[in-house]
Amino acid sequence: MKEDLSTATRPLVELRGISKRYGDLLANDGIDIAIRPGEIHALLGENGAGKSTLVKIMYGVVEPTAGEILWEGRPVAIASPVQARDLGIGMVFQHFSLFDELTVAENIAVALSDTWTLSAVRAKLGDISRNYGLALEADRAVWTLSAGERQRIEIVRCLLQEPRLLILDEPTSVLTPQEAEHLFVTLDKLSAEGVSILYISHKLEEVRRLCQTATILRAGKVVASIDPRQRSAREIAALMVGAEVGDVRSTAPHVPKGEMLQVNSLSLPADSVHGLALKDIDLVARAGEVVGIAGVAGNGQSELFAALSGERVAASNAAIVIAGRPCGLAGIDARRRLGAAFVPEERLGHAAAPTHSLSENTLISHAAAEVSRSGFILLRAARRFARSIIESFDVRMSGPDPQARKLSGGNLQKFVIGREMIRRPAVLVVDQPTWGVDAGAARLIRQAIVDLATAGSAVIVISQDLDELFEIADRMSVIHQGHLSPLKPISAWTRESVGLEMLGVAGSSHEAAHAH
Amino acid sequence: MRIELSPRASVSPIWRAIAPVLAFVTAFLIAGFVIWLMGRSPIAAFQVYVSQPLSDPWALQEILVKATPLALIAIGLSYCFRANLWNIGAEGQYVIGAVVGSWIALKTHGTDAGAWVLPAMLAAGILGGALYGLIPAFLKTRFGVNEILTSLMLVYIAQLVLDYLVRGPWRDPKGFNFPQSVTFDPAATLPPIFDAGRVHYGAVFAAVAVLVTAVVLGRTLFGYRLRLTGDAPRAARFAGFSAKTTTLAVFAISGGLAGLAGISEVAGQIGQLQPSISPGYGFTAITVAYLGRLNPIGILVAALVVSLTFIGGESAQIMLKLPLDLTQAFQGILLLCVLAADALVSNRVRIVSRGGVR
Repeated sequence: MKEDLSTATRPLVELRGISKRYGDLLANDGIDIAIRPGEIHALLGENGAGKSTLVKIMYGVVEPTAGEILWEGRPVAIASPVQARDLGIGMVFQHFSLFDELTVAENIAVALSDTWTLSAVRAKLGDISRNYGLALEADRAVWTLSAGERQRIEIVRCLLQEPRLLILDEPTSVLTPQEAEHLFVTLDKLSAEGVSILYISHKLEEVRRLCQTATILRAGKVVASIDPRQRSAREIAALMVGAEVGDVRSTAPHVPKGEMLQVNSLSLPADSVHGLALKDIDLVARAGEVVGIAGVAGNGQSELFAALSGERVAASNAAIVIAGRPCGLAGIDARRRLGAAFVPEERLGHAAAPTHSLSENTLISHAAAEVSRSGFILLRAARRFARSIIESFDVRMSGPDPQARKLSGGNLQKFVIGREMIRRPAVLVVDQPTWGVDAGAARLIRQAIVDLATAGSAVIVISQDLDELFEIADRMSVIHQGHLSPLKPISAWTRESVGLEMLGVAGSSHEAAHAH
Repeated sequence: MRIELSPRASVSPIWRAIAPVLAFVTAFLIAGFVIWLMGRSPIAAFQVYVSQPLSDPWALQEILVKATPLALIAIGLSYCFRANLWNIGAEGQYVIGAVVGSWIALKTHGTDAGAWVLPAMLAAGILGGALYGLIPAFLKTRFGVNEILTSLMLVYIAQLVLDYLVRGPWRDPKGFNFPQSVTFDPAATLPPIFDAGRVHYGAVFAAVAVLVTAVVLGRTLFGYRLRLTGDAPRAARFAGFSAKTTTLAVFAISGGLAGLAGISEVAGQIGQLQPSISPGYGFTAITVAYLGRLNPIGILVAALVVSLTFIGGESAQIMLKLPLDLTQAFQGILLLCVLAADALVSNRVRIVSRGGVR
């Protein structure tokens, strides 16, 4: 579409030999990238490949150890985000920095220089909203907005400063498929106006849909610079990982048997001002099946996990039944003893203690593992337990018993999932099993989940990754604003129908029933 | 220009071992400089502070006597601090332990009550300290009140209660109006370990507390529970450890040990209740706990070292006319040096000049 015009022009920004060293770790190693005006350029790579470091260098957050940055052919030093913005670089971070209590316009105004008045912002906001299809109400308080709308604020905030280069870090991770499609239209429009876009993602399909060039990083180095439209997602994945990534295979068809976990009209009030209440949750997971819970971030997933695991107890014992035993009032230890196992979303700090060794981290599931006797720790048993997890789940690490924080995200995730799976729980509830995990580890984890169900366990997977759920789930439901849609076989869902449930506009009977 | 601390990739065990020694030497150099500024000889001060007490049998015993309450209280505090809970009120728990324990001594005074008196006093001391320690813990778990403030404020209440008792209802009628109780009967006195020695059985309690704590913190699920609560509270909840129970337990333990220290000091060392039964042991024990890096053996060593500075400080006051405040200042300098040495062992210091990168 645009490359005929852009090949001739010189790059807007060019990085030459950028390196960044943290202690012994070389996060970026002699990176060269050139981005032309109006180009949508993807930056691909697994977690830990050096994407974030590189972007932080471009935005003046991190100083490079070596190398130079050319802006329109002229060497520049970007010492701070203020300088980056002055040059014309805008950035939308993965995690928003917004004040919940302020309105949209106020949030935009506080980030701008003093010369902007609130009324000027409001006027300009209207223009930009109309031009780019970024619908926003200037006077709505931010805490009432969805993640997609919040992201629009961040984007508008950048556009008000008329950037020449817009950097987006994993922008679709918080969006529904429909919202993502909407974002792509905006980005195409910006690109047509000559704004360069650096698009960081690990979702290959959207990169192939959107980007003209992709630079692939692996272990801090550029391994390839390609046209993603010319390659298959599989080829690109192989470049990112450095090896072919296999598919998840199920060895035998899942034949669901008895009900292992039942949730009966569970409601829980929000536990904080901006927390979400769970409303009337009904859910059944049978032995031998994987039940998927899809949903956009912040729709009650962590609340649901806390309620299922017993970190928050329900109002009545009958609300949750594990293996035929009502346990809504029981805590997490009692539920573990009934044969349930849990893996929360946060690896560091929730599933594992960062500064403790792996063998000490086995003590966290002491209620169900043989690592203590009458109050005393069985150190040798804990070490043996850790060893067997490490071997069966191919956990790679340096040193015999390192601290949890020294492991890469993927390896630590394999460890915490392994810790719970190795005892063959009757019920496994896992929140975001492959979040921020490299492709190889993600495949291993998904395979282990499918195998566990084949072996006769009931598995509940809460995930924001739709591709993952379509790959491994037998039945699926969508969580929206703390309410679950009816559970349907995976074949009965399409991306569109999931997207509508995620937005809460599927016209489900519940919404209507709750209206009045 | 700015100074950056960045974590070292690997920490040398040799440096970790000699860091406290270097910290000690640095603290002496700083203190020596201060003493020199005050116009005294730092060498003479070093002799009075360190060499003399360590070569004098009387002073050596005295070091053990003073180290006893410090070690007992600091061991108790290490349970709280490991779980990231801030009991600043050990001084108050110490005082209440002494008061409750002494109540039995005073009630049985002059009667021929028998051998149960002393064990009952010790038990009452532990119970009193533990219950007093549970007040801030209860306020925190029930109402979310900050335990630092409540435990600290309760110190003043405890001190005033003691003051009221020894000036009022518990004053020795034959004591020439001095604010003090009667002297305890022999049956209510904690005897010295060796005849005619000064070191009483409180030192044994401290040694037992050190050993038991070493086992509890290192080998039991409860010890792990405290570390996990301190290092990763959400992981502790995920492990099924209730934060409320943990809070109540550690405050009861540290309060109980502080109470034991209080009653041991009164029954073993002073022999009666009086307004000043502590030169601030409960506060100094916080320093001791951190000097010992919350490790039981480390705390034992730190209690002896800090006790040495107390004894040395008293001699320095007499022989060199150095103010007693200097002792407290030195304890502060020592703690800062130890913490700084720890930080430097695990971090690297870099001076970065702004804009120095191409």
